Amino acid sequence: MANRPPIVEIRNLFKSYRRGNQTLEVLSDISLNIDDGEFLALMGPSGSGKTTLLNLIAGIDSADSGTIKVGGVDITSLSETDLARWRANNVGFIFQFYNLIPVLTAFENVELPLLLSGLSKKARREHVEVALRIVNLADRMDHYPGQLSGGQQQRVAIARAVVTDPSILVADEPTGDLDRVSAEEILELMERLVHEIGKTIIMVTHDPRAAKKAHIIKHLDKGVLNAHPQADL
Amino acid sequence: MHILKLIYKNAFRHKLRTFLTILGVTVAILSFGLLRTVVSAWYAGVEASSASRLVARNSVSLVFPLPLSYKEKIRQIEGVKGVSYGTWFGGIYIDEKNFFANYAVEPKTYLAIYPEIIIPPEQWATFIRDRKGAAAGRKLAERFGWKIGDIITLKGTIYPGNWDFVLQAIYKGRDETVDETAFFFHWDYLNEALKKAGRLWTDQVGWYMIEVKDPNLAADVSVRVDKVFKNSLAETLTETEKAFQLSFISMTEAIVIAIQLVSFLIIFIIMAVVANTMAMTARERIGEYAVFKTLGFGAFHISGLIFGESLFITMAGASLGIVLTFPAAEIFARELSQYFPIFNVERETIYMDIVTSLVVAFIAALLPAWRAVNIRIAEGLRRIG
Ligand SMILES: Nc1ncnc2c1ncn2[C@@H]1O[C@H](COP(=O)(O)OP(=O)(O)OP(=O)(O)O)[C@@H](O)[C@H]1O
Ligand SMILES: [Mg+2]
Repeated sequence: MANRPPIVEIRNLFKSYRRGNQTLEVLSDISLNIDDGEFLALMGPSGSGKTTLLNLIAGIDSADSGTIKVGGVDITSLSETDLARWRANNVGFIFQFYNLIPVLTAFENVELPLLLSGLSKKARREHVEVALRIVNLADRMDHYPGQLSGGQQQRVAIARAVVTDPSILVADEPTGDLDRVSAEEILELMERLVHEIGKTIIMVTHDPRAAKKAHIIKHLDKGVLNAHPQADL
Repeated sequence: MHILKLIYKNAFRHKLRTFLTILGVTVAILSFGLLRTVVSAWYAGVEASSASRLVARNSVSLVFPLPLSYKEKIRQIEGVKGVSYGTWFGGIYIDEKNFFANYAVEPKTYLAIYPEIIIPPEQWATFIRDRKGAAAGRKLAERFGWKIGDIITLKGTIYPGNWDFVLQAIYKGRDETVDETAFFFHWDYLNEALKKAGRLWTDQVGWYMIEVKDPNLAADVSVRVDKVFKNSLAETLTETEKAFQLSFISMTEAIVIAIQLVSFLIIFIIMAVVANTMAMTARERIGEYAVFKTLGFGAFHISGLIFGESLFITMAGASLGIVLTFPAAEIFARELSQYFPIFNVERETIYMDIVTSLVVAFIAALLPAWRAVNIRIAEGLRRIG
């Protein structure tokens, strides 16, 4: 295992936002390796650039300079269309507010990413059912998001994230909007994804309890990344 | 699940808003269709006119007659196939509000030149024999409940007194462009009555209808006719039937233009309404579009969602509007038959309905789709929560 190349390799990453005539440096010279099958927590004060870094790794924002390789592909050099296709195949997204489509059932929400895959209807159904079984919501697949609790919605979102069997999962404060019990359930589910299915998860969180589940904690402050041994918590 | 299903589900997220927008489109398409039909009804006489018919009238004005003796002279002009004549009677049936066109003609030649007027043979036979006989259009007879054999009394305006006619024939149009609300009778009856009363302007006709052998030579024939009567007491003005009909309409052309303008204004307004609905919709869902983009959906799918929804709403309203146009036009036709003898929804109007609603759907979705496609994902996602 040790000789496998890291699934994510970030080199000298810079990102700034322009606000009027002033430039806000959010990430400066970030370098980071994430191994395959890793569960990494990204912590840091509000506004430190956690979401920005996560978005860059997931290919939904573009850096000023530096490279990001995911599974050997330098995503900073991809065109917008190629990047969209790459995301569809390689990244699973879990958001703080679940971001399910309210007019679609749990089943349809999970099926959504598969519509781009060219799979047959039957194959899609099988994939969706497996994903919903993983998150233990197979019995709620005809329910709409409005009919589900926050924790259940987040589980549907996780099913949607894993249904395409992506190489990495990114989660931005996945428990940020949940009560303690639900949060615990979600974290256990994510742990299982790492341990049982071998997924790589990069999770932004404010919650030390959440970070504790991770193998590695990285601390982002003022655009600079520090290692943060778990023992410190 | 299919994208079409999502479009359908999206359309009914704001039921009231969608319902009101569909209703707006329905009303707009209905009004548009009816106004277009009014415009085409206005031009119905022109549309129905034949290229092989000329109308000769007194060059001074239509109110001045032409001598009956011109008939033979016209018939001998090169290129003329047949001649008939008529005189505007202008009689009132019971009350002025019952207006309909009524005139005196020479039936045999008239029917020969107007083959689109169809009278059953046995009615025709009695009509021809009865000096006081008259023929009425099917719609006119229906309007007043007339039956064959009824005595119809018209109060003369140009020719004073009460005039009794016996309805001997009810004619039908060959197709729906033919006016079925006219009333005509024997010119001889009018002329003899005038002679008996010792009135002026006997043996005079209001206009001549001339059938030409070759429609391509209609212009030449009309020049020839006018030349024959040049420098006579009553000079003629001969023009195609179409031009003759148009000369009536040109007086009211401004109204027609106003109606046309209003009909397009309605489309413009409904475009603003649908565009507003689509803009509101897309703004509310910008975060969702960001999610779609995150999952890898591209411009094709995202604009497809928005154009599809716009198309769905507009077409739902338009189909309803088109379906309602027909019964509405029928009510119009019944209520306004004295003003618009022909009031048919034309096929072109329906095509225009469809094309305009497609254009409305497209334009309304243009800006929202452009915005949604070009939203930067990271920013779109930040708007959620
Ligand atoms: N589109 C943008 N334009 C300008 N500034 C931005 C933009 N997006 C983020 N920023 C700024 O960049 C900085 C980092 O933002 P980011 O969302 O990455 O922080 P974060 O660590 O995720 O914070 P939080 O814990 O509150 O979610 C913040 O100061 C934020 O205001
Ligand atoms: Mg954040």
